[in-house]
Amino acid sequence: MKLRFAALATAAVMAAGPAMADLVVPNLSYRTGPYAANGNQYADGFNDYFTLLNERDGGIGGQKIQVPECETAYNTEKGVECYESTKGNGALVYNPLSTGITYQLIPKVTADGIPMYTPGYGRTSAKDGAVFPWVFNAPANYWDGASVSVKYLLDQNNGSLEGKKIALIYHNSAFGKEPIRTLQELGKKHGFTLTELPVEPPGQEQKSQWLQIRRDKPDYVLMWGWGVMNQAAIQEAANIRFPMENFIGVWWSGGEVDVLPAGAGANGYKSLTFNGVGQDYPYYEQLKQYVIDPGKASQGGPSIGSAVYSRGMYAALVIAEAIRKAQELAGTSEITPAQLRDGFEALNITEERMAELGLPNFGQPIVLSCANHGGEGQGRVQQWNAETKTWSLVSEFATPDAEVLEPLIQADAQAFAAENSITPATCN
Amino acid sequence: MIYREAGDFKTTYQADNQTFPLRLDRMGYYAILAVAFLVIPFVISDYWATSVMVPFLIYAIAALGLNILVGYAGQVSLGTGGFMAVGAYATYKLTTMFPDVSILIHVIVSGLVTALVGMLFGLPSLRIKGFYLAVATLAAQFFLIWLFNKVPWFYNYSASGQITMPERTVLGQIVTGPATPAWAKYLVCLTFAVALAWLARNLTRGTIGRKWMAIRDMDIAAEIIGVNPLTAKLTAFGVSSFLIGIAGALFFSIYLGAAEASEAFGINKSFLVLFMVIIGGLGSIFGSFAGAAFMVLLPVFLKNVLSGSLGWPTDLAAHIELMIVGALIVFFLIVEPHGLARLWRLTKEKLRLWPFPH
Repeated sequence: MKLRFAALATAAVMAAGPAMADLVVPNLSYRTGPYAANGNQYADGFNDYFTLLNERDGGIGGQKIQVPECETAYNTEKGVECYESTKGNGALVYNPLSTGITYQLIPKVTADGIPMYTPGYGRTSAKDGAVFPWVFNAPANYWDGASVSVKYLLDQNNGSLEGKKIALIYHNSAFGKEPIRTLQELGKKHGFTLTELPVEPPGQEQKSQWLQIRRDKPDYVLMWGWGVMNQAAIQEAANIRFPMENFIGVWWSGGEVDVLPAGAGANGYKSLTFNGVGQDYPYYEQLKQYVIDPGKASQGGPSIGSAVYSRGMYAALVIAEAIRKAQELAGTSEITPAQLRDGFEALNITEERMAELGLPNFGQPIVLSCANHGGEGQGRVQQWNAETKTWSLVSEFATPDAEVLEPLIQADAQAFAAENSITPATCN
Repeated sequence: MIYREAGDFKTTYQADNQTFPLRLDRMGYYAILAVAFLVIPFVISDYWATSVMVPFLIYAIAALGLNILVGYAGQVSLGTGGFMAVGAYATYKLTTMFPDVSILIHVIVSGLVTALVGMLFGLPSLRIKGFYLAVATLAAQFFLIWLFNKVPWFYNYSASGQITMPERTVLGQIVTGPATPAWAKYLVCLTFAVALAWLARNLTRGTIGRKWMAIRDMDIAAEIIGVNPLTAKLTAFGVSSFLIGIAGALFFSIYLGAAEASEAFGINKSFLVLFMVIIGGLGSIFGSFAGAAFMVLLPVFLKNVLSGSLGWPTDLAAHIELMIVGALIVFFLIVEPHGLARLWRLTKEKLRLWPFPH
């Protein structure tokens, strides 16, 4: 019985492997569990971009791209299982869309020599390419996000946050705790007091946190939330009539699914973003012609153009550009993960290139190097209009406060290097 | 016909009292051990080690621990996840404080630390029973996780609140961290699982185990015949937490490599291990292994079949997988409420009579 089970399982594992000739970009997605509403859209955006490349251009450099999906349910154990089960198939790069799974995988990808791309999430200090040679987190990371939101608040208050009270309501996990250190430093620099309000994952229950907000009356509330936590928080904020324009979420708390359940109450809610949203880009005409109309859209395309979908698409775009660069550098279209890493380090996505790809004014230029794996880290603020059910951009791209962030990143990367006895590479 | 006790003569009490009195059972046991130690390490792949064997062995240790408490001593506990977290955080603190001491010693010391914590939270069991005790241990679960999230000393003040396992070696061989070969991970877990199963088996059939069972069956009667409920209950909590602590230590150091308290050791973990014990069979060593195998292997197997071989969409496969596992749990419990261990025992009894049942 046990032997038969083993035989069956082996057969099942064997059958799962795709053909070796293609470029393999696994999509560790989550379409089940409390984070599915957001995970679904991201995975669709990611899949559709590669489908478009395959259908329109025959892949990248003549090589088709395979995007095998693996369900993680935002759970680290399942994420590791997905990594182990897909890495044997020639996987080129991982994008797990979970800070918890990212922390698990950083040592593993480093040992296995496979790049990991974590746009807008993951370990912030991975920006330091000397210590984290295999991890890339452009265009922005959490500390950038924290700094950009404080900058935005500074602009709103004529350059001074002296004596203001800011509350941070966060997902009590590696993801939600990331910005705390930066916000504390920024608090010292700008003189605001920071109240930390952890929410136990998954986060449907946050009555006591909002009670505290009602009692303390902070001037601003920042949120690091994901999945059902976002919907619950925005609903609670509406319930206690917290002024929505003073409530700013990180980019992962800025999707349509997060604000729609609160209806008119969510009007005026703000969130960060590092990319444009909506379908007003030439890209979507191509997508319609090659992917949507032939019925090849991922899951039938229910969320095309939504904020989270756009971020999934953006991640796929950067990976595709890195593959293109790697092929150019290696002189062959069949690249290895190590060559893709070189491609990432030589990445230079200009505004002209974005326009060529059909996405003008969508994101910031991304220039990476051996030392800088995180790009400029710019972000902007979008605001929700509950009547038209759209996000509109209310600020220009702002650059984070390098004076505060650089020493923090250095310190954290050095601590990681010391803990794991890594000798930082020399970048020239 | 083949599986029988006829011709198996015992001339000493010791031989009669051994764990596997039947020769065939004994041979089967040695054969499994030989395969596990001498064959599997040479053929195991990364995927099989990380996704199948290592979690199976670690959960088997945790299930063994909980089985001692629930199955043998009759004290319901929902704090397993919290106690695993104690083991994990103890290992992390110890190995970062004393990097030169062998990780195996740290794992065992973490087990002892967890035993102390377990006995502390076992104190209410002297006053309360049944559902009320379950609620008290539930409090332990939430308190411990809250503690590991709240006090930065436990995670060495890291920015994310995560604990990460540094690279450690045993006899010059790397056993933790990403560079660990599959066989090393597997062998460490296997050694612990076999040694602890041996320990649990011998404890449960000796004086201590009999005291536990007496308390389980009727505590007042046990007290009258001279079993001290204080020591019996506290040793049950201590031994059980020792095993669970080791499981937590291995779970963090060998299996995951990085963990955060609420995600890796949440209430779900407590329920998962409790389900393993119930499905495997209360009060059975074999049942702990069977339950762990059922709850670890089945989902991985179904996932590979449904979304791998059959090529179903991953979300559909994930949902169907939950439904199948749930339906099988209900099915097994209706067919045999005493778990897989009881099924196995019945099979063996039938085999003894086969092919001539009376």
